[in-house]
Amino acid sequence: MGLFSKFIAKIKGENSFAPADWQDLEGELLASDIGPTLTRELLEAGRKVKSENAQEALMQTLTSHLCDKSRQPLTNPDGTTVVMIVGVNGTGKTTSVAKLASHIKKSGSSVVVAAGDTFRAAAVEQLQTWGQRIAVEVISGKANGDPASVAFDAAKRAKEMKADYLVIDTAGRLHNKSDLMAELEKVKRVVEKISPVNEVLLTIDATTGQNGLAQAKIFSESVNVTGIILTKLDGSARGGIALAIEHELDIPIKWIGTGESEGDLAPFDPDAYIQGLLA
Amino acid sequence: MFDSLSSRFSSTFSSLRSRGKISKNDIDATCAEIRQALLESDVALEVVESFVAEIAEKSTTALATMQSGTNQANAIFEIVNASLIEILGGSARRVRFAKNPPTVIMLAGLQGAGKTTLAGKLAKFYADQGNTPLLVASDLQRPNAVTQLQVVGQSIGVPVFAPEAGNGVGDPVKVAKAGVEFAKAKQYNMVIVDTAGRLGVDADLMKQAGDIRDAVHPDEILFVVDAMIGQDAVRTSQAFLDGVGFDGVVLTKLDGDARGGAALSIASLTKRPIMFASSGEKLSDFDIFYPERMASRILGMGDVATLAEQAKKAFDGDTSEKLEAKFARGEDFTLEDFLDQLSAMSKMGSMSKLLGMLPGSAGMKKQIDNFDEGEIVRTKAIVESMTPIERRDPKVLNGSRRSRIAKGSGRAVSEVNNLVERFSAAQKMMKQVRNGAMPAGMAGMGLPPMPAVKASIAPKKKSKSGNPAKRAIEEAQ
Ligand SMILES: Nc1nc2c(ncn2[C@@H]2O[C@H](COP(=O)(O)OP(=O)(O)O)[C@@H](O)[C@H]2O)c(=O)[nH]1
Ligand SMILES: [Mg+2]
Repeated sequence: MGLFSKFIAKIKGENSFAPADWQDLEGELLASDIGPTLTRELLEAGRKVKSENAQEALMQTLTSHLCDKSRQPLTNPDGTTVVMIVGVNGTGKTTSVAKLASHIKKSGSSVVVAAGDTFRAAAVEQLQTWGQRIAVEVISGKANGDPASVAFDAAKRAKEMKADYLVIDTAGRLHNKSDLMAELEKVKRVVEKISPVNEVLLTIDATTGQNGLAQAKIFSESVNVTGIILTKLDGSARGGIALAIEHELDIPIKWIGTGESEGDLAPFDPDAYIQGLLA
Repeated sequence: MFDSLSSRFSSTFSSLRSRGKISKNDIDATCAEIRQALLESDVALEVVESFVAEIAEKSTTALATMQSGTNQANAIFEIVNASLIEILGGSARRVRFAKNPPTVIMLAGLQGAGKTTLAGKLAKFYADQGNTPLLVASDLQRPNAVTQLQVVGQSIGVPVFAPEAGNGVGDPVKVAKAGVEFAKAKQYNMVIVDTAGRLGVDADLMKQAGDIRDAVHPDEILFVVDAMIGQDAVRTSQAFLDGVGFDGVVLTKLDGDARGGAALSIASLTKRPIMFASSGEKLSDFDIFYPERMASRILGMGDVATLAEQAKKAFDGDTSEKLEAKFARGEDFTLEDFLDQLSAMSKMGSMSKLLGMLPGSAGMKKQIDNFDEGEIVRTKAIVESMTPIERRDPKVLNGSRRSRIAKGSGRAVSEVNNLVERFSAAQKMMKQVRNGAMPAGMAGMGLPPMPAVKASIAPKKKSKSGNPAKRAIEEAQ
């Protein structure tokens, strides 16, 4: 039995939660990476819960911390929908580009992807291998070339082809490097000379601790993130930092990554996520 | 985003200081602050609890012998810092070299932790010290991980053993084993085995990691972990400890701004030493691990050593050397140099982050948060809109040139004027630098003087080695 149901059962049964149980609950909440501040808030809310509606009340408290923006993918009704994938190094951008392209293709739309990581060794080849696997055209420039010009060419090409979607991979960058953030802004700006960028998805690795908040904040300020892909949820990490991000920055989680294959991407399910935090 | 422990301390302790003697209650209150700060730094709850208990006990003991509130407050801070350093570095050590080479180092860790890049950094680190490493490409899982390692190896002149192209094909255990045999035959004295990222909960892949270990008998298994990791560090490090075991830990992506509290959790729970720190995408961004620096970082105290190093990296590579050479020739500081400095500056990372590294900056938090980073970007835009002649000799900047520049950079003419004025001031300052007042790279920015950093002197070339592997590396360089 998950801790959550244990907690509910206890409240329901005797309406007395021993101090040790509260400590357990605190431990579980913290272990999910939602952070000490949110944990304290939730514990305070928990203490006020009455026995009959305990489950509902607690779910509600947790759910009330999700943002209420739409989780629907943003699209361009008049042409190619352009999606940019951004994030810090190793969080799963390239894999997510492939997964998302595969998802789009399966749902019957046409899609091309752009190998915008011209920096990391063999990043272009990595996406090309994916392209072959999922039979999607990969637009690339030369290694160590200018990422903005690759993205620009890709946007032009996607428009000419009348592709329904263009998904742009970008190099990993730490949000505290302002030159790299400026480069990312330039990529977006240059693409927008051709087509609007409809969606900017930030990959957040589920193992990320409290630094995820700073990542989301600064990437948002820089390229206006419209949604989160919470990756690597197939591991032991519960990805609670995403709740903190939704709560503090009002950015919706749109997708979750649950493995290394192209099919391991799913739309975000708030209920399952909230339950998983305390699993 | 969080108040650092040092700013918490500043406020807690200033109230302590104004009181005569610190009581048991004061210690408890302080410990509650420490607890909160450590949790915000991603230290695992169980580690936090035992740490705080230890601090409370040590503080109570120490206070009995202390007189004034001021001393007591400082004493507690010192106890915290010393305890952190002890956990982080109590068992620090270097890589054990095998009696009979090659020394085999195996890397293990989660997906995306930075293993492949680290493999290259380790190889470079040891090759620079005269070893002859061989890189072995046993990540056959992630698309083009093998190609990545090959590119990395080539860029540092270290050979890569890669009989399988990877992308899901080939047996990583066989590759690892063959790699070590190849190294023995060719007299490489070190083998670094890159492996695929795997999750702690993936039983099959954990078993495979164990099989690789049994096939190559590593002298060191290094657990590679991202400094941004949160509470999962506990479960994952335990899973790797149980699944393959490891002898040391490497923290990666330390050039980010994560507090890195997971380091404390891992060191304290696994009792394995943190051996290396990886801090950038360049293969030279790598060093042995310094517990004191990490302690300061977790405490949010301002990491002067790292700041100085970042400054050095950003400046001495190109900028400082170029500037120093110019000075030596008696040339003037130009707007082009100024632009170089600005680029170096933004390369160093965000200004507010940099300022935040300075000790005592907790009290300046407001000013730091308000620091206008756009200033650098705008200034850059202006200089970039100038012609080379204008950059070299700003005296030619008449009214029409200035308004052209303003238009080109999308700034007001007054901003252009302002920049030219600031530049003249910087130029004057640079003249003072010639007299040795401060390092060249810093002066133009109007920053406070930094610990002087000398351009590193390239080691003298030794004669070529008789060992074929070593010789190959020497010739590649
Ligand atoms: N288990 C798991 N691994 C993932 C997931 N997404 C990406 N990865 C792995 O994480 C590593 C880094 O991914 P990559 O897409 O190259 O990251 P990037 O540097 O952000 O482009 C690779 O080994 C991927 O296979 C996920 O949802 N689950
Ligand atoms: Mg990538």
